[in-house]
Amino acid sequence: MTAKSPMANHQQSILQRIRLYLPLIKSLQTSLLLATGLAGYLSAHTPPSGLTLLGVAVSLFLAISGSTVLNMWYDRDIDAVMNRTHHRPLADGRVSPTEALRLGLILSILGVGLAVWMSPLYGLVVFAGLFFDVVIYTLWLKRRTCWSIVWGGVSGGMPILAGRVMATGQIDLIGILLSMAVLFWIPTHILTFSMRYFADYQSARIPTFPSTYGFETTRAVIALSAIIAAASMGVAGVMIGVQAGFLRLMAVLSAGLLVLSFATVFRPSERVNYSLFKYASLYMLASMILLSI
Amino acid sequence: MKTSPLSRLLLLLTALLAAWQVAIGIEGLERVPVLAYTVGFGILLVACLLLIILGLEVLESPVVVIVSTVIPLSLSLGLVWEHLTSWRTAYLTFVLAGFLAILVTRALPFKGRLPVIVLAVVHGISGMVIFLLPSVLAAQGTTRAGFALVGLGGALIGLGGLLLSFLKAGRPILPRETILRILPALLLLMTATFVAGFMLA
Repeated sequence: MTAKSPMANHQQSILQRIRLYLPLIKSLQTSLLLATGLAGYLSAHTPPSGLTLLGVAVSLFLAISGSTVLNMWYDRDIDAVMNRTHHRPLADGRVSPTEALRLGLILSILGVGLAVWMSPLYGLVVFAGLFFDVVIYTLWLKRRTCWSIVWGGVSGGMPILAGRVMATGQIDLIGILLSMAVLFWIPTHILTFSMRYFADYQSARIPTFPSTYGFETTRAVIALSAIIAAASMGVAGVMIGVQAGFLRLMAVLSAGLLVLSFATVFRPSERVNYSLFKYASLYMLASMILLSI
Repeated sequence: MKTSPLSRLLLLLTALLAAWQVAIGIEGLERVPVLAYTVGFGILLVACLLLIILGLEVLESPVVVIVSTVIPLSLSLGLVWEHLTSWRTAYLTFVLAGFLAILVTRALPFKGRLPVIVLAVVHGISGMVIFLLPSVLAAQGTTRAGFALVGLGGALIGLGGLLLSFLKAGRPILPRETILRILPALLLLMTATFVAGFMLA
């Protein structure tokens, strides 16, 4: 057996840390939000600038990852008591709170800093997303009211608005509509999630729509928000000038979202709930691709 | 039965082909065929996504019978509207009445064989239209020979429909596992022949 050199040991240690940090940034959620930001930029169909696109991707990735780590840092006590999340590196002690806080702050500052350097207005929108997510949603409202989801949604709508702002240089109606589409899409994702993991949220004493208003009302809210999300996406698509064929495809995918949303109201079951939860993510990703073409 | 990665891949390819057909493959047609094909391929697209998400067991849901009827009905309506102009109104009436009849006989507790007869008639006629119309038009030289592929797609949709109907009726032609295993490949082949047929028409 050969002893490893100090350099190899150091490299292995760095790799191990990175492997621990990856769950802290919720790669799937961050990727989806990043995709909305890039779609917002590409939706303007301005002459493509690879460097700007790269800048948007990097700054949004850093800012979204930073805010996610900060959320996880603050919510580590909740994560520790929830079945779904108790194995997260912060909750089970593999990453110390100080280390996570430092990582979250560094990523956030780098992300917002790069964004401000690229364009002050773009930077402001990126900062607003981070502020709504970390301060308003996580620190202030999440443990107090189920309506915190609205602010979580507003924050989720910021990357797409930011991307659009970077391309057009202003906050326009299309950007607001796209942002609204994400805001109203979020309940189809998060509320189905809070129904699926109802017991988990109860044990952590986090107020959710199902625990406050019951499952029936929650399902109605999901259906209503799906209608508004699909409508906002459709109107934005028309205003952007998406080709007729791609609009047709968006309509088909939106119809799928609406059918599943109504199925949760009229034929509620765990299976329908789960399919809506998964389909909603696919819907958002597909819509973002169609807006970018 | 767990859905294999290969089945998921085949379903994903089917969904992408259906999406392509909705977005690009039917450009330039009249409004009614565009609407009809969008409904047909759109349902196929969403159904494939749900099969990927939930697995092939979802085929046992009673809604599948109704949804799977809309695909041949809408595709056949598009074909008739495009190629048999004098039959447009009559066929549109058949499509609407047929869909309504299936909806009613499935939603209400009918006794006897009426629901099965209605399903067989509506499925049978629309399936024959999809199979025969493109085949005859291609054979006559009215359209290019490649359009016959749509007819082949019609035959495949009929085969898939038969396998599923007998399975749901409790008298499967093939073992359940075999049907569920070949279905994704059948769906992909069917969609590919439709897309190729429309492209080559």
